[in-house]
Amino acid sequence: MAETTSEKIPVTVLTGYLGAGKTTLLNRILSENHGKKYAVIVNEFGEIGIDNDLIIGADEEVFEMNNGCICCTVRGDLVRIMEGLMKRKGKFDAIIVETTGLADPAPVAQTFFVDEDVQKNARLDAVVTVADAKWLSDRLKDAPEAKNQIAFADVIVLNKTDLVSKGELSEVEARIRGINPYAKLHHTERCKVALSDVLERGAFDLDRILDIEPDFLEPGDEHDHDHHHHHDHDHHHHHDHGHGLKHYHDEEMQSLSLRSDKPLDPMLFMPWLQNLVQAEGQKILRSKGILAFAGDDDRYVFQGVHMMLEGDHQRKWKDGEKRESRVVFIGRELPEEKIRAGFEACIVSK
Amino acid sequence: MSAEQSSIASVTDRVRPVEIGAPVTSAYFLKDRAAFVCGEEKVALVTTEGEITNVEVHGGGILCAVSDGQRIVMGGDDGKVVALDAKGEVAVLATDAKRRWIDNVAAHSDGTIAWSAGKIAYVKAPKGEEKSLEVPSTVGGLAFAPKGLRLAIAHYNGATLWFPNMAATAEFLPWAGSHLGVMFSPDNKFLVTAMHEAALHGWRLADSRHMRMTGYPGRVKSMSWSADGKFLATSGADTVIMWPFASKDGPMGKEPAMLAPMQARVAAVACHPRQGVLAAGYSDGTILMVRLEDGAEILVRRNGTPAVSALAWNAKGTWLAFADEEGNAGLLEL
Repeated sequence: MAETTSEKIPVTVLTGYLGAGKTTLLNRILSENHGKKYAVIVNEFGEIGIDNDLIIGADEEVFEMNNGCICCTVRGDLVRIMEGLMKRKGKFDAIIVETTGLADPAPVAQTFFVDEDVQKNARLDAVVTVADAKWLSDRLKDAPEAKNQIAFADVIVLNKTDLVSKGELSEVEARIRGINPYAKLHHTERCKVALSDVLERGAFDLDRILDIEPDFLEPGDEHDHDHHHHHDHDHHHHHDHGHGLKHYHDEEMQSLSLRSDKPLDPMLFMPWLQNLVQAEGQKILRSKGILAFAGDDDRYVFQGVHMMLEGDHQRKWKDGEKRESRVVFIGRELPEEKIRAGFEACIVSK
Repeated sequence: MSAEQSSIASVTDRVRPVEIGAPVTSAYFLKDRAAFVCGEEKVALVTTEGEITNVEVHGGGILCAVSDGQRIVMGGDDGKVVALDAKGEVAVLATDAKRRWIDNVAAHSDGTIAWSAGKIAYVKAPKGEEKSLEVPSTVGGLAFAPKGLRLAIAHYNGATLWFPNMAATAEFLPWAGSHLGVMFSPDNKFLVTAMHEAALHGWRLADSRHMRMTGYPGRVKSMSWSADGKFLATSGADTVIMWPFASKDGPMGKEPAMLAPMQARVAAVACHPRQGVLAAGYSDGTILMVRLEDGAEILVRRNGTPAVSALAWNAKGTWLAFADEEGNAGLLEL
């Protein structure tokens, strides 16, 4: 996916716990007058009443790659469906994959990393998670799938906000942010969200991993900028971020952000990163980074899902642009001290 | 033209070019016409003079196709199994009640056909009833054994062997991973599957002994048995990989032969039906005819053209048909 992505068909993965409003969002996307045609891969026929698009039933079958890694799971049915859809190229503009409420988004995402043919023709655009404002807090406690879907998301549609009070809403939002501070979050009623906020996001596009700031840190938030300027490393626990959100630290699922304004040694960093995702790949759901390597005038960007990484030189650092490396991991029970120490050891010390 | 191509014999000037006008996914011969199966809706029947007749076969994508020599059996995303015969007549053989995709088809020489939709494989004899078998996961491939009415069904973590006319429980051949294509050896001794990863897996049917065939840089999508049944020619590498099946152990403990190395990936292979010759099509558009004995090559089509997607010999082996992913096709008389 690192090469030119322009002709590849974008694929949006739509997740969300049972009853959150996935089908509502899907119907909204399909019925809006956007002039585009979608191929939609669903698990249950019948709930979608749009004739104009290709609707394909899937079986959500996951298999393990034969590479000895139990987290390298792939949706085999998607490989097959994508192969079939490619025979109808030109008949649709984009693909939406709806997963069941209990699904782990990782095998879907990984399908787009490991399968050569799928990669040749399609690109993962974003993982969009629909969450129920009223019930999500409860589900985060009792349903590991719901937590996974939040952690994995690039875009979170926090739906049914009309059913909760302002206080409840900020409570659930804070819980989401405790798990995933990086996803774009939208408050909706009946999934009323601008299509441009959920489609064509380019969240897996290396060229667009520009903004890995936490979503709630608005540009121009001087307090935050000061905070970063005065520390070599951001310690992530933004106990004061000026938005009035409570801070939750989810015991199981966290994000970890690392930064350095001193250059990294690529001969140390790349093996460290590879080894880290090999060893902790089951725990690390998503990873992203923009890196400034010593003696390298190009920005290096990478992103990953569990053990699978892809990275490339992206472009020259601009004049006056701060050559800062930033790395983000989202995962469960991340060995924070080990990761921080490993990262620090890759910083060129002089 | 590359150096490796300029030094070999060429028959490119004897090829009759044919424009199909749509991507071609497979090719066959029906009597004296070549049949090019398109990615969706139609099959183009082409005489050796280059005259094209388009036949509508499906109301959407054509997901799979196979030929028993008399007709082409196809499955589509319209939920239909159809057959096209040499006269150009289309017959609907089955329609899925839920309009599910027909993912795979197989055809037996006695006229029996098999197809699959999701996890269910179906078999129907010309005058018999439809029978079905559900396997644990989506069917990746279907193949009839050369003898008897026995169907191999490839799926996740192995293949199932089913005698549709017998009450006995289907036999399961396990091997972890996703199995896509499947083929019996012509002598009925081995079953070979093409896996989702870049490898083949085989079982010796007498004792279910495993055969791992690995080392490919890419997934194997095209397999063809040599005329004498001694070799299985495969795509997936930058040479044609030929696994030896002549001995009772098959390729176990043996190295494959590698023919016709190029700077491109082999995309399609088709062994000549009577002689020790094969045709190989590459991802850069090159097509070579290769003699198995010594690897001598003849150039049929030059490189720098779209990837080859279909190769077929007529039954006598006097004509070769080919096509690429953009619908440029050709016919060559030998």
